[in-house]
Amino acid sequence: MNDAHGGHGAPDGRGGYAGPDGRGGLDEPDRHGGHGGPDGHARDAGRGGGAGKVMTVDAIVGRLESGMTLGIGGWGSRRKPMALVRALLRSDVTDLTVLSCGGPDVGLLAAAGRVRKLVAPFVTLDSIPLEPHFRAARERGALELVELDEAMFLQGLTAGAQRLPFLPVRAGLGSDVLRVNPALRTVTSPYADGEELVAVPALPMDAAVVHLDRADALGNGQYLGPDPYFDDLFCEAADTAYVTCERIVATAELTRDAAPQTLLVSRYAVTGVAETPGGAHFTSCAPDHGRDEAFQREYATAARTPDTWRAFTSRFLSGTDEEDYRTAVRSWHEEQR
Amino acid sequence: MVACAEAWRGDGEVLAAPMGTVPTIAARLAKLTFAPELLLTDGEALLIGDAPAVGARSAVTEGWLPYRRHLTMVMGGRRHVMMGASQIDRFGNQNISCVGDWRQPTRQLLGARGAPANTLNNPVSYWIPRHSPRVFVERVDMICGVGYDSAAAAGPSATRFHELRRVVSDLGVFDFGTPERAMRVVSLHPGVTADEVRAATGFPLGGLPDGPLPDRTREPTTGELHLIRAVLDPAGLREREVPAP
Repeated sequence: MNDAHGGHGAPDGRGGYAGPDGRGGLDEPDRHGGHGGPDGHARDAGRGGGAGKVMTVDAIVGRLESGMTLGIGGWGSRRKPMALVRALLRSDVTDLTVLSCGGPDVGLLAAAGRVRKLVAPFVTLDSIPLEPHFRAARERGALELVELDEAMFLQGLTAGAQRLPFLPVRAGLGSDVLRVNPALRTVTSPYADGEELVAVPALPMDAAVVHLDRADALGNGQYLGPDPYFDDLFCEAADTAYVTCERIVATAELTRDAAPQTLLVSRYAVTGVAETPGGAHFTSCAPDHGRDEAFQREYATAARTPDTWRAFTSRFLSGTDEEDYRTAVRSWHEEQR
Repeated sequence: MVACAEAWRGDGEVLAAPMGTVPTIAARLAKLTFAPELLLTDGEALLIGDAPAVGARSAVTEGWLPYRRHLTMVMGGRRHVMMGASQIDRFGNQNISCVGDWRQPTRQLLGARGAPANTLNNPVSYWIPRHSPRVFVERVDMICGVGYDSAAAAGPSATRFHELRRVVSDLGVFDFGTPERAMRVVSLHPGVTADEVRAATGFPLGGLPDGPLPDRTREPTTGELHLIRAVLDPAGLREREVPAP
């Protein structure tokens, strides 16, 4: 099944990766039960100890390896774990298979040549419909794409979270999504209707990263905006999951002023947590901050030529940490006044 | 505008899901006039109980419709979407993914998004702001939205809930009412000639006789004009999609 959907599995064809602790890959169902950190530290934290699963974004990236299948939460140019993506760009992790409702996360990684394969129903910047780097990479033929319908993507993530090999969906039939994904299969209902539907294979991941408004040190994550997107499914379908958030607060703080259903991601599905204020920049993170439209325009404009893109990366993405990025953006905004 | 609004007439208590500025204004116009039972969204995650100006905040929330519930609603069929199309053919196959060979497109667009599921699960209409042979093509490069011929070839699970209602462009209104379910003219907008439409369409259109002109799209009423200009789009955002003649 891993090969069938063409979306997953390490490039060596083993369908998984050996984690830092030498444990197995995607084909080891027990991994879903634990989600302890590779060194056991996260599981200890779950029992209530100290700093819990708190890490830096660079430490999270330190747990990622080239060739992994990486899920990225958010949607388009909304609530993307951009600080994590920027940390990835500072590392040498590459050859990734990326699953995403794509936005500038895909654009930045593709521009840096870190994506071998993309599994996505679309890539967009919302207020700018077409993502310039994604476009360029596709038009160069530099990006292998598994193009799925949105409902198929939802069913695939759900199947992954539920450890099912596939889920049926009434989508894809009659469309070229089946033509461009020749490994997709259909399944016939065993009931009287006998309907033939597309069997969306599970979309398991080695790791998932999502950005939320709040989290506690144990890995309980909270969204305060209107839409959870697929973030909980990403975390539940992945072998390891990392939450970056605007602010880490005490567990009791989470529901002081918010309803319990804002607690989107539960610690059982989370390996590590990093506090990254403004970590979704320049995408939106409602209600903490809106999209930085001016900077997004700058990003899209800079993507037009290799020279302007080089200038953009050297100014904004060549620092040693996220603080350098924030400083560079602040000074850019001051110039625009 | 009213031709887009008319797409939702008689739909009942379903979600009017518009893609683009003109369809958004049109869905709100339909709700404020002849289709008050329609459900509307704010374009993000809320069902709104009012019909604010396009781009303005809604003041009344009547439901929660985040992305995944929206997709579930698609699969449940209680929705009539009006999508755009970078290419559309005579049987209603639509492309928003890419132009050219999919493996290395000459122009990468959005991606298939939800078009494959939309077209198999709920009524679909299309809005094309600039009717041209580059959009109305003989064959689309990547079938995202499923047309009548493709649905029929894919079998009963594809055709079960498949229904393309109408295509509205800046030149006219079209449906798929011919015996072979191909695109034909329902009405041309005031002032548009049959020759203009023929020249702007990359395939033979049904309903364009050499003799008498087809029907004219109805003009907006005074009340509708007021709603469009003063209530739903006082800033004139619609002109960015279709420049005033």
